[in-house]
Amino acid sequence: MGGNNTEPFGRSSPPTSSSPFRSPQPLPPTTAADTQASVYSSSSSSSVSLASPSSVLPYVFLFIFAACVLIGFVVVVKMLGIVRRQASIGGSPSTVLSEALRVFRPAVPASRNYSSAKEMTVREALNSALDEEMSADPKVFLMGEEVGEYQGAYKISKGLLEKYGPDRVLDTPITEAGFTGVAVGAAFQSLKPVVEFMTFNFSMQAIDHIINSAAKSNYMSAGQFNVPIVFRGPNGAAAGVGAQHSQCYASWFASCPGLKVLMPYSSEDARGLLKAAIRDPDPVVFLENELLYGESFPVSAEALDSSFCLPIGKAKIEKEGKDVTITAFSKIVGLALKAADILAKEGISAEVINLRSIRPLDKATINASVRKTNRLITVEEGFPQHGVGAEICTSVIEDSFGYLDAPVERVAGADVPMPYAANLERMAVPQVEDIVRAAKRACYRSSQHAVAA
Amino acid sequence: MALISRSTSTCAPLFRPLTLFSLRHVSTDTSPITVDTSVPFTSHNCDPPSRSVTTSTSELLSFFRDMSLMRRMEIAADSLYKSKLIRGFCHLYDGQEAVSVGMEAALTKSDCIITAYRDHCIFLGRGGSLLEVFSELMGRQAGCSKGKGGSMHFYRKQAGFYGGHGIVGAQVPLGCGLAFAQKYSKDEAVTFALYGDGAANQGQLFEALNIAALWDLPAILVCENNHYGMGTAEWRAAKSPAYYKRGDYVPGLKVDGMDALAVKQACKFAKEHALKNGPLILEMDTYRYHGHSMSDPGSTYRTRDEISGIRQERDPIERVRKLLLSLDVANEKELKDIEKEVRKEVDEAIAQAKGSPAPEPSELFTNIYVKSFGAEAYGADRKEVRVTLPGY
Repeated sequence: MGGNNTEPFGRSSPPTSSSPFRSPQPLPPTTAADTQASVYSSSSSSSVSLASPSSVLPYVFLFIFAACVLIGFVVVVKMLGIVRRQASIGGSPSTVLSEALRVFRPAVPASRNYSSAKEMTVREALNSALDEEMSADPKVFLMGEEVGEYQGAYKISKGLLEKYGPDRVLDTPITEAGFTGVAVGAAFQSLKPVVEFMTFNFSMQAIDHIINSAAKSNYMSAGQFNVPIVFRGPNGAAAGVGAQHSQCYASWFASCPGLKVLMPYSSEDARGLLKAAIRDPDPVVFLENELLYGESFPVSAEALDSSFCLPIGKAKIEKEGKDVTITAFSKIVGLALKAADILAKEGISAEVINLRSIRPLDKATINASVRKTNRLITVEEGFPQHGVGAEICTSVIEDSFGYLDAPVERVAGADVPMPYAANLERMAVPQVEDIVRAAKRACYRSSQHAVAA
Repeated sequence: MALISRSTSTCAPLFRPLTLFSLRHVSTDTSPITVDTSVPFTSHNCDPPSRSVTTSTSELLSFFRDMSLMRRMEIAADSLYKSKLIRGFCHLYDGQEAVSVGMEAALTKSDCIITAYRDHCIFLGRGGSLLEVFSELMGRQAGCSKGKGGSMHFYRKQAGFYGGHGIVGAQVPLGCGLAFAQKYSKDEAVTFALYGDGAANQGQLFEALNIAALWDLPAILVCENNHYGMGTAEWRAAKSPAYYKRGDYVPGLKVDGMDALAVKQACKFAKEHALKNGPLILEMDTYRYHGHSMSDPGSTYRTRDEISGIRQERDPIERVRKLLLSLDVANEKELKDIEKEVRKEVDEAIAQAKGSPAPEPSELFTNIYVKSFGAEAYGADRKEVRVTLPGY
């Protein structure tokens, strides 16, 4: 850079002059952003140092006893909280336990020292994918609210600021329209931005740039330039966050030519799809799910490799079956698998398809499955009208009508803004029993019919 | 709306008598001369540059030629639109040529320009050809966007021109993003993001300006203030129409946008400033003779006297013509010959563009993705038109 302008983007320390537009007492950074600290260092230490002579031994034992009591108290409180939350969204005892255990794992930065050799949480998967792609390609940078010093609102970008510096991990002001436009402009110049929306509800502030500036530019310029950008963040319902923070945007973005829309379920999905998205030369909308971040999944050795990528536009058959096809994506895949277990006990063999890619949609896999099972249930969390399920059902009717033995069905979120009260919220999103009931209907096994309003 | 009633051009004593060659060739005399701008610059939070501009007779002749070419091109586009060869939107730039031409004189092709939909002349200034302009306007294959963009979506990436945008104000954050990339890649270049007085009130502009100032991006925001946002005069849209001051902590400069030399000086100043100190706002006081677009006569919200008054007193081409005549660089006939030449060029380009075919039907489905992964796309009748997108 010419002249005096060698400042990195943003500031690692507060300004020396009292500019009117900066707060007078900014907080000092919590991480050593101006040192190249290793990402492998944990930011918290919890070891207790002991003094040596035997005269203090009784006090040591007293201290340890008190610490155990305190930790035990915290465990009970947290487990109660987790049980309540998991119960309200249909969690099983095994996930409750793993949730509780997760509380006690030390904060894991972007290292591969996972507590269990072949298991990884979705959060760790996303973090490692970002880390590896930023390491491999200097044009990749991360931009969003709280992605840097705060370590990410959901800790997805933990450790990245420390490792890559403030030129590549940029904390933005709360101005989605502005910073999304800036990121798209940078992508015009062949940089590779990863834009984080704290949730996709806020992407609506920036949706003009996602659609009109990013998605359509390659077409409008007849290929003169492409836009290799990724928009990522949590999407859909969390728990108790109300109407403005719970919408699923899959069908909105997936209807737009020029965009790719990816939605991971497992950790392997998260790693492989995010790496594919960052490497992709087109704009990708990468819809995560907040409630999946803490869930742990087994990962293969192949998935841990830094060159691992999943193909875009390919669905995964999570569970093979022969009686009914259930399509799902993101968090709902977990519910669909549970529904398939219940159905199996009743003699119905359900095939569960994890879509992974909403645009382009893997119609080949879906149709091949329906031609085998002859029945289709689509499940999604978002609003039903003009939703992903509507597209899948229609496309199966177009391509495989003769193979259908029952009407196609879609299970979706309720046609209402998300309510806050827990019981109403539970009614507003699909539950396992909704999927089971619909599958049985498709198999003509249900003696009940939906009550007409 | 302050109207500058009389252009004042003082000739510095330093000029040489020229022998003029055939006016097929622009004068190659690049020895520096100094000319004053019409009015001094007004500044906000910075020291304005001097109103004495270093130029040369060859540069002045090139200004004349380029602006005449742009003027002729836009008038020809008007006729083509009226004969329905151009469809949809057509926003014409005649009257504002000095902004494009002055800016190009201060920039290189490694600097970037981004603008809104009034982009035909900016594209030309960045090295685009008349053939590409007319073909694109008429939706033909020889167009700069192969006929798929239209009037509002001209691009020329190899020359740092990033469009051509239809959404008012969107180009400003995009422009700050281009500047971000320049800083990220250590290009030592700047981005000029052009917008109008109508777009100046857009929130995203201030969001982008905040980010540009916070991160010291080499972005220059250029408000082409033609005093009307479509049919709404600036005093009806903006509480403060002093657009060069609207950046608050960001310095600004108000420039006579009908004076190509003033534009050049301001852009040169802005580029040096942005490389050292971050963003700056330039307000170009300019005027468009046409309405907002071809569907707007432009006379329902302004008087014909106002339009003809500015044409007589501030026209950018006339200003340069008077300068050339007073400096004795060319005589009336020679300048008229240049105009005739330019007119011929435009007519030839239009004839050639008319000969360019419409895009192939298969082009409907190209350039959606760089990498399609075998995705399919459909036409209106899905059973009839089903295509695997190219670029697997």
